[in-house]
Amino acid sequence: MTGAVEKKIVRPYGDTTGDGMVQLSFTLPVPHDKRAEGAAIQLAGKMGIDPAMLVHAKQIGDGYTFFVVYGRVNHLVDVSAVQVVERDYPLLSAKEVNALVKQKLRRKLSVVGACIGTDAHTVGIDAILNVKGIAGEKGLEYYRELKVTNLGAQVSVPELVEAARVEKADAVLVSQVVTQRDAHLHNTREMSAAFREAMPAGKRPLLIVGGPRFDETMAEELGVDRIFGRGTTPGEVASYLVHALITNRRARA
Amino acid sequence: MTGKLDLDPALVARARELARRAGQPVVDLARSHTTVSVERAVLRLAGVTGADPDGIPWVNRLVDAVVADVGLGHGVAAAVFDALAREQITDVTLLAQKAAAGSVRFRQPVGKEATAARRAARRAVAAGIRRIDRRRAERERLIKRYGDPAQRPWIYLIVATGDIYEDIPQAQAAARAGADVIAVIRSTGQSLLDYVPEGATREGFAGTYATQENFRLMREALDASSRELGRYVRLTNYASGLCMPEMATLAGLERLDMMLNDSMYGILFRDINPIRTFVDQRFSRQVHARAGIIINTGEDNYLTTADAVEEAHTVTVSQLLNEFFAHEAGLADWQLGLGHAFEINPDVPESLRLELAHALLARELFPDAPLKWMPPTKHMTGDVFRGNLLDGFFNLVGTMTGQGILLVGMMTEAVVTPWLSDRDIALQNVRYVLGAAGGLHEDFVPAPGGFIQQRAHRVLAEAVRLLERIGEQSLLTAIAEGAFGIMKRPPDRGKGLDGVARHEDDYWNPATEILEGARA
Repeated sequence: MTGAVEKKIVRPYGDTTGDGMVQLSFTLPVPHDKRAEGAAIQLAGKMGIDPAMLVHAKQIGDGYTFFVVYGRVNHLVDVSAVQVVERDYPLLSAKEVNALVKQKLRRKLSVVGACIGTDAHTVGIDAILNVKGIAGEKGLEYYRELKVTNLGAQVSVPELVEAARVEKADAVLVSQVVTQRDAHLHNTREMSAAFREAMPAGKRPLLIVGGPRFDETMAEELGVDRIFGRGTTPGEVASYLVHALITNRRARA
Repeated sequence: MTGKLDLDPALVARARELARRAGQPVVDLARSHTTVSVERAVLRLAGVTGADPDGIPWVNRLVDAVVADVGLGHGVAAAVFDALAREQITDVTLLAQKAAAGSVRFRQPVGKEATAARRAARRAVAAGIRRIDRRRAERERLIKRYGDPAQRPWIYLIVATGDIYEDIPQAQAAARAGADVIAVIRSTGQSLLDYVPEGATREGFAGTYATQENFRLMREALDASSRELGRYVRLTNYASGLCMPEMATLAGLERLDMMLNDSMYGILFRDINPIRTFVDQRFSRQVHARAGIIINTGEDNYLTTADAVEEAHTVTVSQLLNEFFAHEAGLADWQLGLGHAFEINPDVPESLRLELAHALLARELFPDAPLKWMPPTKHMTGDVFRGNLLDGFFNLVGTMTGQGILLVGMMTEAVVTPWLSDRDIALQNVRYVLGAAGGLHEDFVPAPGGFIQQRAHRVLAEAVRLLERIGEQSLLTAIAEGAFGIMKRPPDRGKGLDGVARHEDDYWNPATEILEGARA
């Protein structure tokens, strides 16, 4: 895809083009002495820094030393050969998500979430839905234009379908942590089949599952619209909702 | 009042009166309801310990069994001790095991049997409370022996590996490096568990489970550190979520020194039912009062969702409400670690002066409370160099405004859980600022009528206006309609609602009786 791009070689920049200078800090599990400093320089050398200047070394606690190293790396970077995996939807801020829902949908976007089956681990669904959120990012409840219904743990599939109907869900989020005997896969298939049975294609909410052990490429096989794996943030889910339900709506049908 | 801001004493008094008026209906509600967690806390005080083979604590099994037979609204103590007498056993944990096996039925005793059951229950619970009293006396003795930190603010550091046996050396290293208070962050999602896990735990999600055994192990390790360092190192955990009363009880029994305990955090941020939260909160605060534990409130959280300039007054309102609820539950001013945070966008002009105004306002409104000063998180990015500078300014505001407890900010906030070196650099930052400017609060007197004074007056006035609005509709309605943050939390919704019951006429709780009786 980038075949036509001209070859472009760069090196890090300190204060002169091509000087290759970098800075680096790390800790080694040794007390501070001459040998420790030598070890730090050896590490820097193995990382391709030559010459390496050890500018700071400080012992932390009993057996650790923190180092700061400056030096020249001998690596070259070919910018034209960089491969980037693009997300197939743009990442939006909470403000942008709210604005798009307000302008384009002209009503609140209804999201229903649950842990289905016997799974009592609400960590995942709560991280995505609770205002508290995860890793400093607020959950979907924080988004003014989303109406979130969190059904919690151990929700049966019929209950979930009914709640989705009552709440006129635009999207259903299901979290599955327990994977014993592939419970997460069975539960997901059962859920998607139930929605297919209960609602005609055009009326079905967007079906999304998430959990640490899912393979993100299995969406079609499991009958859902999207799978989110480990480390997914609420912002990614919100952005995807806007993409799938609003900005890229037609593509879905 | 120290008077650096020239606050109007009449307005301050009015703010407190409005907070009282907003809070009183909630106190009445808390006094007329109980929860499964309050009742479990009572049974923990009465001596129920341990868990079944699936890890479900015997207190849960016992309360569930009593509720199934006679409901929750009478309080479980009388029914439990009545059953104990009928079974002719003395060990409440054994009774819990029998109840779980279905071999004991419960009834609500009346007449002489009720009197006898209450007497026995009160004796057992009183023994639990005496253990808390002994732990408090022990803390006072150790503080006398080893001493408090030489400086204010106390330096508060977090450890959170998920494994208690990794946490311990990290906590001891942090204490050696200058930490006065160690907080062990809980595993993500523990607040929504309706039971307290048991035993020493070695795995958690972004934190370590709070269990009685983990409390005990860490306190023991920090006692060794206190001995080594010649200053008493305090330990913090969380009395929040669905098990707030039990956490408070276990903290008292294991001599924890501080507990995070906010009046509204669980409602707003965890969607826990408002009534459940207020009932649990009142009981947990009564236990904290008795145990000599300093509570830390969670106002910093509002500023992570809302704008720290526009919504500054919501922090003041929450502090006033937290103060009212805390006093009502018997906590003294020295136990009120009211929270606030350095969260103004650094790109806002004069952001440092605004921070000084807000921090000083809290200091002057609550002159005898050890305020908890929380570092920047919202505007921390992967730029660790800028983050370190921001933390330096945070430390400076903390010392200039006389904050009591300073949570050490990490330049790698929002990047990684703190590395050893991050913590060392962060502590170096604190030590530099406290060393260079530790006495600056003496010289820092904002100009009369100047920017800082004006800003503080404005925030206080806005707080009074919000309290007036809340007073017109009651706090529960205000919460239901989204007055705090943007979350709407009606009292008939939220997690843990099924564990709430209105008191029956014969509701009886020996722990509350003893804890309230102790108050003059």
